[in-house]
Amino acid sequence: MMRTFWAVLVVVAAIVLFWYAAAVPMNIKTALTQAEREGAVISPEGAAARRDMSAIALSLANPAQWGDTLVQDKPRLPTPDQVAVELWQTSGAMVLKGRAFSKRSLLFHGWVTLSATLLGFGIGTVLGILLAVGIVHSRVMDMSVMPWAIVSQTIPIIALAPMIIVVLYSVGVQGIIPKAIISAYLSFFPVVVGMVKGLRSPDSMQLDLLRTYNASTSQGFWKLRLPSSLPYLFASLKVAIAASLVGAIVGELPTGAVSGLGARLLAGSYYGQTIQIWSALFAAAILAALLVGILGMIERLLLRRMGVVA
Amino acid sequence: MPVIEARNLELTFQTNDGPVHALKDVNLSIEKGDFVSFIGPSGCGKTTFLRCMAALEHPTGGEITVNGVSPEQARQARAYGYVFQAAGLYPWRTIAGNIKLPLEIMGFSKEEQEKRVKDVLQLVDLEGFGGKYPWQLSGGMQQRASIARALGFDADILLMDEPFGALDEIVRDHLNEQLLALWARTEKTIGFVTHSIPEAVYLSTRIVVMSPRPGRITDVIESPLPKERPLEIRDTPEFIEIAHRVREGLRAGHLDE
Repeated sequence: MMRTFWAVLVVVAAIVLFWYAAAVPMNIKTALTQAEREGAVISPEGAAARRDMSAIALSLANPAQWGDTLVQDKPRLPTPDQVAVELWQTSGAMVLKGRAFSKRSLLFHGWVTLSATLLGFGIGTVLGILLAVGIVHSRVMDMSVMPWAIVSQTIPIIALAPMIIVVLYSVGVQGIIPKAIISAYLSFFPVVVGMVKGLRSPDSMQLDLLRTYNASTSQGFWKLRLPSSLPYLFASLKVAIAASLVGAIVGELPTGAVSGLGARLLAGSYYGQTIQIWSALFAAAILAALLVGILGMIERLLLRRMGVVA
Repeated sequence: MPVIEARNLELTFQTNDGPVHALKDVNLSIEKGDFVSFIGPSGCGKTTFLRCMAALEHPTGGEITVNGVSPEQARQARAYGYVFQAAGLYPWRTIAGNIKLPLEIMGFSKEEQEKRVKDVLQLVDLEGFGGKYPWQLSGGMQQRASIARALGFDADILLMDEPFGALDEIVRDHLNEQLLALWARTEKTIGFVTHSIPEAVYLSTRIVVMSPRPGRITDVIESPLPKERPLEIRDTPEFIEIAHRVREGLRAGHLDE
């Protein structure tokens, strides 16, 4: 246990170190220009001379300016500590000030995105399960629905999202619903695929056994197919919830939304606030990790209650 | 009236390599209380024949009746319990829950279910294991639980498709002994598919020897052994004599090719 802990720690440390190392060449040009303006001697001299040089060569030639690359206001690549500070100031620090849900708080934006994510995930999961049940029990649905479900996922969501929003807006639907629908659009697919596989997982012997009991199709579904499919369903749900989050964020981009993690990304890129972009990205990643973790816990509890040693 | 009767039974599967005659001209009648074993090399149709009795396969010719009616009607009347090679217990149900499965499907009341679970657990010597999950039991115990599941709804016929085929010989001997005791107590009619000669001879009142291509019956041997059979009976001359005849029958079936 202890050994794994250290191994994980070493890997994380290596990633952070690599990140810092990458920040130097990524931010070196602006750092050099700034330092030169303040009177430092830079080799080679003059921004024009440096323009076409590789960032790595410039970094190696000017080790004295490395420190400047890590503390910029609008760096190309913010450092881990800059992102962490921004994350803290827009979440924990706001809570301490009693302004957890102000417009500047990532918790507020995170909640806006999360609500759309959960609604979309719910719609997508129900839709996915219903489609899977239909596909497993009807050959016609198997042949007609499945190809469309696959085709639906080949369309880039970034192209489809604005259309969904515009079409829904024209019929008077706005707010959380369009985002949830984009979210559902991405999340129903893994559920369909996993659930079809799961509902078909009982082998022919188990199906034959039910036949010898003269069991009806619905008895076979509730007593055999559905319980057999649960491990598959949970694997799909973990993929689906992450996809839902992506869907909700993408749904916030094309409308110029003012709240949500997507809006933070958009605003950050308008104003070159790279630190804000990165902290929003990390907030999204943390949110996804939490959601997947919660699903994993529910899965373990449920499967243990079902007597399956997972 | 025979419990199971097959007349000129035929079953041909259409495959890409042409028709396969799984069963051809099969005639047999099984009387009430018989313990009939079906033995033969793989592809001889012994399992297919058993599946025809359970309406899991549909013959392409001839006739088969179970309790005087078609296998489908017999199934609706809960005439038989079927035991497969694998126990096939649901991992998410306890042993008692697994035994209740057919009872729930057939609509027995809750009290009736409890009572029957208790009875059949006793019958297969698994008292006290009702609350355990399948993974907590050994392979032999799981197979006994699956037999209990087939006994729960009081079918008069028990169809068993190599039920002990995946178990080691010591466990198998033990289960064979228990199965005989169970048969003596319940007076059920049992159809038993196996590829073990000693198992077939030890258990059966009649041994049906089958051979492949086309699947057919080559010999039906009436066992002169008494109903009461300790395991040591396998060393008696009578036992060895019957085993010899079964082996001859299997070999003759092979020479025909």
